[in-house]
Amino acid sequence: MATVTAGSAIPNALASGRLPKWAPWALLGASWVAAIIVFALLTAGAHSDFNIVGAILVGTIAFDVLLVVLSRLVEGARQATNRLVTSLVSTAFIVALLPLVSLLYTVIAKGLARFDIEFFTYSMRNVVGAGGGALHAIVGTLLITLGATIISVPVGLLTSIYLVEYGRGSLARAITFFVDVMTGIPSIVAGLFAVAFFSLILGDPGIRFGFGGSVALSLLMIPTVVRSSEEMLRIVPNELREAAYALGVPKWLTILKVVLPTSVAGIATGVTLAISRVIGETAPLLLICGYATSMNTNLFANRMMTLPVFVYSQYAQPGTPQQPYFDRAWTAALTLILIVMALNLIARLIARIFSPKLGR
Amino acid sequence: MKPAGQHRPADAFRLPKGNPLNTVLTAKRFGALAALAVASTFVLSACAANEEAPADNGGASNSASALSGDFAGSGSSAQKAAQEAWIASFQTANPDVTITYDPAGSGAGRANFISGAVQFAGSDSYLSDKELQGTFAACTPDTDVFEVPDYISPIAVVFNVDGVDDLNLDAATIAGIFKGTITKWNDKAIAALNPDADLPDATITSVHRSDDSGTTKNFTDYLHQTAPDVWDADAADTFPYDAGDGAQGTAGVIDAVTNGTNTIGYADFSAAGDLSIASVKVGDEFVAPSADGAAAVVEESDPVAGRTDSDLAIAINRTTTDPSHYPLVLVSYLIGCDSYADAKAGAFVKAYAQYITSADGQSTAASAAGSAPLSDVLAGKVATVLDGIK
Amino acid sequence: MTTTAGPRPRAKVRLADVLFSGTARVAGILILVALAAVAIFLLAQALPALVADPADYGSHAANFLGYVLPLVFGTIWAAFLAVLIAFPISMGIALFISHYAPRRLAQGLGYIIDLLAAVPSVVFGLWGVQVLAPAVKPLYAWLADHLGWIFLFAPPASGTGRTVLTVAVVLAVMIIPIITSISREIFLQTPVLHQEAALALGATRWEMIRMAVLPFGRSGIVSATMLGLGRALGETLVVAMVLSPKDFISFVLTSSNNTATIAGNIALNFPEASGIGVNALIATGLVLFVITLAINSVARYVVNRRKAFSGAN
Repeated sequence: MATVTAGSAIPNALASGRLPKWAPWALLGASWVAAIIVFALLTAGAHSDFNIVGAILVGTIAFDVLLVVLSRLVEGARQATNRLVTSLVSTAFIVALLPLVSLLYTVIAKGLARFDIEFFTYSMRNVVGAGGGALHAIVGTLLITLGATIISVPVGLLTSIYLVEYGRGSLARAITFFVDVMTGIPSIVAGLFAVAFFSLILGDPGIRFGFGGSVALSLLMIPTVVRSSEEMLRIVPNELREAAYALGVPKWLTILKVVLPTSVAGIATGVTLAISRVIGETAPLLLICGYATSMNTNLFANRMMTLPVFVYSQYAQPGTPQQPYFDRAWTAALTLILIVMALNLIARLIARIFSPKLGR
Repeated sequence: MKPAGQHRPADAFRLPKGNPLNTVLTAKRFGALAALAVASTFVLSACAANEEAPADNGGASNSASALSGDFAGSGSSAQKAAQEAWIASFQTANPDVTITYDPAGSGAGRANFISGAVQFAGSDSYLSDKELQGTFAACTPDTDVFEVPDYISPIAVVFNVDGVDDLNLDAATIAGIFKGTITKWNDKAIAALNPDADLPDATITSVHRSDDSGTTKNFTDYLHQTAPDVWDADAADTFPYDAGDGAQGTAGVIDAVTNGTNTIGYADFSAAGDLSIASVKVGDEFVAPSADGAAAVVEESDPVAGRTDSDLAIAINRTTTDPSHYPLVLVSYLIGCDSYADAKAGAFVKAYAQYITSADGQSTAASAAGSAPLSDVLAGKVATVLDGIK
Repeated sequence: MTTTAGPRPRAKVRLADVLFSGTARVAGILILVALAAVAIFLLAQALPALVADPADYGSHAANFLGYVLPLVFGTIWAAFLAVLIAFPISMGIALFISHYAPRRLAQGLGYIIDLLAAVPSVVFGLWGVQVLAPAVKPLYAWLADHLGWIFLFAPPASGTGRTVLTVAVVLAVMIIPIITSISREIFLQTPVLHQEAALALGATRWEMIRMAVLPFGRSGIVSATMLGLGRALGETLVVAMVLSPKDFISFVLTSSNNTATIAGNIALNFPEASGIGVNALIATGLVLFVITLAINSVARYVVNRRKAFSGAN
């Protein structure tokens, strides 16, 4: 397959036909410089603002194309494809970073204005205009999400164990299918369902309480937990199970002590992802948990504030002057991200402690 | 199964190394869990600093503090900022009372009140005849409900056009712009009203509310009554035409107008911020939105026909020609029972509603939410109605 | 694999085993019950709207089908665009983290991407409205001016940037972490021996990925994408906040005329809805349910056809 040069000497198959290691980097730098110069000239001609992002973008694309062409000429088609994919993959990564950086920058820059002690020690009770804090919303979010996690993780994990280890036949197929369907429940419908369900059961048409929010969030969380843990359990090598059975370990103990620990890193990632998925939900919580300005630590009675609802209401219905409301909204958003970051870290810690030390 | 079995002896060999039954790890595990538990108890036992000592102002509280309990209202999101200010003052004066107000929307607020889920509702539209025929779960059977205006807000036509700071518009032109029949800023109709303005040759982007809202209903009501030839659709919560951009909520409209180019939209006057505001033609003059103009037009409008004495629903006189009026105005109502099945709720709603509609309450809302205070005449009528609440 | 003749040995039935498998089964059944409850609730609430006159809930359509059809299109269109943007990028990131980046760097990068999943949808909405929409507005104007002859970019361009393409980009950013983190975990689990065998045979890194990693992860990739698609289909707040919705079908990516989505429509109109209007909105929720069901059936079918390649079993 390799290109055979017409030269008389036999080429060294291992060393020839390769671009030197510095070549891609040099090419990248050259493309960027060229693009910036072209953009600068265009800018001077058109009297418009100099666009550095555009220049870098065009330069990068030019680099990708040039590298593939160069590689194809020197190294052959297979290496060229390889280089193309490498640059595509790297580009994908950088493209994904752009919105993330923009988003984080926006949230941090606007959120720092009220990132003070008062914000974390005050509720909004009897606060008008500036000042106040979101402690009530932080506590509400933590409690409601904790409730949802306590419901969804056991149910979701056990279901995925059933699907992977026991499930054969129509029940397993039905569960698999309907779990997929469940991913499509719009969050607001989950909230509507929770309101209808609890007002029917408890006989109170105006039922608003935190635990209802936990149930609504569970409906959204369970499919994510099941789907991700199912995938993680499925890729546990069968040899591990067979080795355990061969040693006479009962099936349930094999699952508990071999299968789960092996996949715990993936499961923890999945659960964290599921929590991240629901902790920012606004619409269902507004319906079932209501809106409050005071502290409430009881999941089973009275309205409970949550951070997303807090953010939304501060942004959507500000008083005058508006700035303190917007500041609180951004700070609450920043807080929410920090909470999930902390959860993420805890999940990683758990994964590290529980998972067997494999080579990777 | 088959290929995997042959290809991965190495994985099987790794098992003993990573034996999860390893006892050393168990200790670490418990340590981490304990740390987690400690952290969570710390968070949960936390108490909001501003809620710790209600006794601080206990000495200052007056006789009204005989009220106690948890009460809830729900409804108009336009009223939210005002309600929060009212609740804050009322709770400070009555430390044993906790009030929540869900800004869930006027429709949801009325539905919640009808089902008895909340003690009072805030609504941008008065109760429909159909709703009035039904029963209200929180009220004593066979009694009426009261409905009083508690929040008046002028609606401003805001715009963002380079080089234009002042703009005069009449109803027909506004209707044409939002209906999509006037598409350029230098259109003859606009230029005729603004001979001095330097209008650009640019496409107009009109921004309306994409969610159903009382603001849209009042805006379309104004256009339909004053320019029925152009605006042939009835007043409705939903924006009736396919023209222009939709944006969610007052804040969304303001964002869209601010960040867009050559945009125009309508929003609560108090939310307009730094945006330029158009003056609207009333009679022969162009009138900018103002609290006084809004209060004046509400005061001189007729009540809706066929309502009970305690129902102060107002049919706003949009076609007024008095230049001291600003007819593009939103009136939001406070809705409750004339007589409550629960006497405690009755006492609370009476005291709260009286505070809201008092001069003190109205000025609180004016400073916190930018609303227009009720005129003295109207406030007098409201006070008479509220006196009767049981 | 030799088969032995004679009586088959019977495994001892242990109480703990029965209990454990029973609990697992009950958990699975619980999910079905919960879903059935939601479905019954939706159906009961939706039925009145199916037979009512659309004028009663403020629609110009002739019947419920006419009311919901544009919404169905809008939902699928926005979610399709989002997945179209998110899928290749997610695969790129997942591969970059699992097979291209240095190991030490990869962990940190994975963490950063996971962070994206942590951002609440309100914040995505705010970011979409206040940062992204104004930023892409000139691009849309350029597209409409120069490529307006393509039906996707038909002029006039939106003056606010609140178009379906903007929504799709925000939705894509939201679902990228979901697709990425699951695919990444799957890719990391590819048997090392398969990969080393491929490399030893002289494959380039890409050929190794194509021959060893991707076939191994195929079912996981589909699952991850389905999860992402589910989120895009059901996302409420972002669509409500960012999109400028209309009630007719429009393919144009860059104008103010964008078809509303089901979830966005519910969020926008639910607060002011009363009576039959609520039923109509819940009925559209039921339709969204059915759409997800249909899409998932197709995905299941695809995965099952390829089952020979999937998983470790």
